[in-house]
Amino acid sequence: MAIWLTKDSKVIVQGMTGSEGSKHTRRMLAAGTNVVGGVNPRKAGTTVDFDGAELPVFANVADAMKNTGADVTVIFVPPQFTKGAVIEAIDAEIPLAVVITEGVPVHDTAAFWAYNVAKGERTRIVGPNCPGIASPGASNAGIIPADITGTGRIGLVSKSGTLTYQMMYELRDIGFSTCVGIGGDPIIGTTHIDALAAFEADPDTDAIVMIGEIGGDAEERAAEFIKANVTKPVVGYIAGFTAPPGKTMGHAGAIISGSAGTADAKKAALEAVGVKVGKTPTETAKLMREIMSGR
Amino acid sequence: MDLYEYQGRDLFERHGLPVLAGGVATTPEEARAIAERLGGRVVVKAQVKVGGRGKAGGVKLAEGAEETVARATDILGMDIKGHTVHKVMITVTADVADEYYFSYLLDRANRTFLCIASVAGGMDIEQVAAETPEKVVKAPIDAVKGVDEAKAREIVSAAGFPAEVADQVVEIAVGLWQAFIAEDATLVEVNPLAKTKDGKLLLLDAKISLDENAGFRHPDHEALVDQATVDPLEQAAKEKDLNYVKLDGEVGIIGNGAGLVMSTLDVVAYAGERHGNVKPANFLDIGGGASAAVMANGLEIVLSDPSVKSVFVNVFGGITACDAVANGIVQALDLLKQRGEEVTKPLVVRLDGNNAEAGRAILDGANNPLIERVDTMDGAAERAAELAAAGV
Repeated sequence: MAIWLTKDSKVIVQGMTGSEGSKHTRRMLAAGTNVVGGVNPRKAGTTVDFDGAELPVFANVADAMKNTGADVTVIFVPPQFTKGAVIEAIDAEIPLAVVITEGVPVHDTAAFWAYNVAKGERTRIVGPNCPGIASPGASNAGIIPADITGTGRIGLVSKSGTLTYQMMYELRDIGFSTCVGIGGDPIIGTTHIDALAAFEADPDTDAIVMIGEIGGDAEERAAEFIKANVTKPVVGYIAGFTAPPGKTMGHAGAIISGSAGTADAKKAALEAVGVKVGKTPTETAKLMREIMSGR
Repeated sequence: MDLYEYQGRDLFERHGLPVLAGGVATTPEEARAIAERLGGRVVVKAQVKVGGRGKAGGVKLAEGAEETVARATDILGMDIKGHTVHKVMITVTADVADEYYFSYLLDRANRTFLCIASVAGGMDIEQVAAETPEKVVKAPIDAVKGVDEAKAREIVSAAGFPAEVADQVVEIAVGLWQAFIAEDATLVEVNPLAKTKDGKLLLLDAKISLDENAGFRHPDHEALVDQATVDPLEQAAKEKDLNYVKLDGEVGIIGNGAGLVMSTLDVVAYAGERHGNVKPANFLDIGGGASAAVMANGLEIVLSDPSVKSVFVNVFGGITACDAVANGIVQALDLLKQRGEEVTKPLVVRLDGNNAEAGRAILDGANNPLIERVDTMDGAAERAAELAAAGV
């Protein structure tokens, strides 16, 4: 088992006919994901061939769901169209929408998030600007490379894509239940806290790696949540100790404003609630290895 | 992107919000023309993106054109906390009776927007909030519903604005929200929102940040970037679509993915503590597909920083295959040689992940004495710091 994404998940791709969308649809299929179709109003009724797999294209998310029973959508449309694509997914009440697109205006994200809340949060939104979710051996929704780790009992939640891959690779022999890339934007749909809660409740996850970075106070709030709600061991890593204030470090959300959002504050908050924080990704993996070897 | 005060004033004016008449000057002569146009008494304000300019002598009153020229001459070129003054804003003056505070900003924690309002304006709002929290109202704004007249009245009443200015504050609150939305701002802060002696409200200062991700619907925002203060290497990198931030160390950094590169900076800084205190020289994320051309562009930018003594290329092959990255590095060195910019600084390369073995074999096969392969991130950081310390 895993959280949010399992071998039974039926995945559609919004933007499947675009270059990024088709490239990653092919990769998701190769990873064993049950991709059942795509959405593009201008190409509705046609099919796309992915190395022998003929996938139908639908006019909208609701149509795709009705015809295929899809319960996950992965969104690859360009930033200008992302808000519309997510709202379409919310209107169709699809349970999970993974928004890969980078460079979405924060007003657009705030608007689709508010819309989702007003509709009763029937859709779990992951991202934007994220690598997606991978449940190794079961399913892969997004751009996380599927073959770098095995199936196991560690849960991973991270703001960063490549640090996610690095950590999956370092602990590949122990393996993961689910790896969730929540994205590096200032406003995101699914937070560290949401993933921590899901891993805590998942009988197939024994321990959790949490990767954060400078900007905002999501890690501090996650620390409070861990103190009150998480009984499974958590190991943390924070990137950006040497980042200067006022400079955006690659991710739109990775910026220290005044004295807020520093890596030191996040590390201190996590350590105060008993989370071991590694100094480097490798040291963090080692801390997790020690926990798992005691099991 | 943070705006200068004068750009904020212009933006408010364009959106029909009440501001003082004024203009911006880069020379004393331009200041004279503005003073003559405005007439009478003016205030000359240094344009820097840092607080405390009043105390530093960057804000002066002037009577008439001659005095304006003299004050502008004093202030232009002044250094305020490490920021050189290249521009002054000149406005007419106002007889201020009262000072309030009003802002809209992004509320990351609650995934929405926030309005902060206070009748205690003119000073640092964080200080007001710490000392007299009852004087500061924080109202969440629904990103879909926004701020209409009813919502504005709610805020104005909660903040306790006096009855005689309430209607004006409501109008400004709605207008400011419309500007916030229309410009894709992440912050608009007015401090002070001033009441003049004749009872009129004016937006006397402007602190505005705009969302760079929304640039595609605001072609005019590009012109707001102050080229004079942009680091030339950052500018060159931007022209090549590279995500580069100049820092002040000696170890050049190239990596793929924002999180991994941030992490690389940290690991290099830790290693530097053992090697002459060398530090990372830059942040450079070459993104997913590390082709030879992208790698060459990245190396070119990093190596054109004269303080760089060694380079650490840290790539984790996720989707990107490490053999492609290794070929990219080898070809990039040839490409730079052909461009007449032969690389002479040592490169420490760490490749891991997808096709790492093949990538490492390509690096070894290249037999280039400048390329040193170290297979762990921590070990490679250590070596890059050591080489930088030796080259300093």
